[in-house]
Amino acid sequence: MDLGILVTVLDSALRLSIPLLAACLAGLWSERSGVVDIGLEGKMLVAAFASAAGAYVFGSAWTGLLVGIAASVVIGLVHGFASISQRGNQIVSGVAINMLAAGLTAIVGNAWYGQGGRTPPLEGDQRFGGVLFGHSALVYVVLLAVPVTWFVLGHTRFGLRLRAVGENPAAVDTAGISVTGLRYTAVIIAGVLCGLAGAYLSVGQAAGFLPNMTAGRGFIALAALIFAKWRAWPALGACFLFGLLDASANQLQGLSLPGIGEVPVQAIQALPYLMTVILLAGVIGKAIPPRAAGVPYVKER
Amino acid sequence: MSAPLDLPKWADTVLVPAISVVAAFLVAGLVVLAIGENPLTATRYLLQGSLGTGEGLGFTLFYMTDFIFVGLAVAVAYHAGLFNIGGEGQATLAGLGIALVLNNLTFLPGFLLIPLGILGAAAFGAAWAAVPGYLQAKRGSHIVITTIMFNWLASVLIVYLLVNVLREPQSMNPETRAFPEQSYIPFMHDVFAAFGVEIPTSQLNLTLVLALAASYFVWLLIYRSRLGYAIRVVGSNPTAAVYAGISPARIIIIAMVLSGALAGGLAVNELMGYQHRLLLEFTSGYGFVGIAVALMGRAHPVGIILASLLFGILYQGGAELAFEQPAITRDMVVVIGGIIILFAGALDGLFRRAVAHLFARQKLARA
Repeated sequence: MDLGILVTVLDSALRLSIPLLAACLAGLWSERSGVVDIGLEGKMLVAAFASAAGAYVFGSAWTGLLVGIAASVVIGLVHGFASISQRGNQIVSGVAINMLAAGLTAIVGNAWYGQGGRTPPLEGDQRFGGVLFGHSALVYVVLLAVPVTWFVLGHTRFGLRLRAVGENPAAVDTAGISVTGLRYTAVIIAGVLCGLAGAYLSVGQAAGFLPNMTAGRGFIALAALIFAKWRAWPALGACFLFGLLDASANQLQGLSLPGIGEVPVQAIQALPYLMTVILLAGVIGKAIPPRAAGVPYVKER
Repeated sequence: MSAPLDLPKWADTVLVPAISVVAAFLVAGLVVLAIGENPLTATRYLLQGSLGTGEGLGFTLFYMTDFIFVGLAVAVAYHAGLFNIGGEGQATLAGLGIALVLNNLTFLPGFLLIPLGILGAAAFGAAWAAVPGYLQAKRGSHIVITTIMFNWLASVLIVYLLVNVLREPQSMNPETRAFPEQSYIPFMHDVFAAFGVEIPTSQLNLTLVLALAASYFVWLLIYRSRLGYAIRVVGSNPTAAVYAGISPARIIIIAMVLSGALAGGLAVNELMGYQHRLLLEFTSGYGFVGIAVALMGRAHPVGIILASLLFGILYQGGAELAFEQPAITRDMVVVIGGIIILFAGALDGLFRRAVAHLFARQKLARA
């Protein structure tokens, strides 16, 4: 493998890891506050559709991004209402959101544009162009979200409270701080980050929305989150690793490794899922989620 | 969780789910309105297409068969306090089990091959569910995450096998060769024709009978057997189970094995009953519909049969509807499924509290 291929692979690994990273950080914020979010996939998908439609209507990628973020936040608030206010089952709510997103984007897209659920192709200002090293501004925004998440969660009073709410909400409540308020804030931040992820897919990477274009990235992001043990810098590492696997899958196709023979693409595709299962099984290290994640907070107890 | 809600049993088991389903349909109606179509016309096409003709009814019952199996699968795990969202993956692997059995034992007569195929489906589905079950029971890995990962692993695995190993050399399509003819589960119209009764042709096959038998079996198991009791105790209070001498770890694994085997029924109906070969994505997301079915049916076999009928109507009617009104594609059914999961599952408390409030006021008025 010469240097040119290496640069190509690393470059496409970065591109592929950006939506994973944004969604992974979204999950990180949500779960650190105690709200389990398996609806990352759905929120990304809604954001991808809304931002492509927004960019098409308003002729601007940035406006599209805002529309996408707004849509993703609305879906996030539905999840928040069910899990925080109604103390419903957070997993069930996430499954519902994934189904809703898949159905709604397809049906609305088809009703509006009549192209089998696709949005019209975006061009010019309707897309995010490269600003630095051929990467769009969104790439740098998402990368910047890593140190911001690390700093805010780890080194501010707000971050401390938010983490506390995910570990021991009763203690936070006793201190006179609103558990509900903090969790809603986290859910909204998660919505914004999923919005970035979705917009990157449809307005940055591709030129328009395709039905089901997230193709399971929300679940890979979930895997990366577990891999990163709910921490910001490791999340960057995990997402880049999964992006790298994805990028090298294409390069390794048909390549013969000594002693193993030809490596099927599917073996590389399966790695993120397999690694997550192995990690969860506690064979190598242990991934321990925030203690109150998934548990609705009931004041009177 | 919150303050105990005093509800009559019929309100708890019938009224609350019914209200959430009605609410779900109202929201779905709003979606139809929003894309500029008439919800009432849409409903008429839907019912006409699914129940109005003998052929439509056959297809409705065919889909119902799928949903009964995946609904039961989710329900059995649910009683043990587990949320198995791996129905897709388990059914996919069950399909592999069917293909391996049927295409390797082609010399066997039908009366042996069909039961073996069904057993193959159950065994492979059970095995794919047993691993997450084991990891949950023994290593504490969260069943939701592992079953999600196993869904994706299954889809990657089946692509690999169908493209590289099981595909017929001459064929371009990633699918196995057709199963031997004696392994086909008879179509219902053929069965009726044997008795001299003519019914319209459809995909409906005898697997429906198996699905109903499985429902009865699950009812017996959960509500009338020692094991079922243990499953319910572990589901509602694992600590109490330990004091009662029940091993939660053992029960968790058993419940997941049963759950995976039941999910395999989806593959039996789709592959042995209709497609007669193993192909990609035959599960079509039905595994997730199973979650809606189980939640709506309150994880009770009778409720699951009714909920499956409803979703059968939606899937068959939805196909007809998409034909009549192209703006309303079949994705509408996925939307309705999502809303039902949201309302009957996550927002359950909302309706429950409203109903409890209503009953409390009535009581006050009477006093």
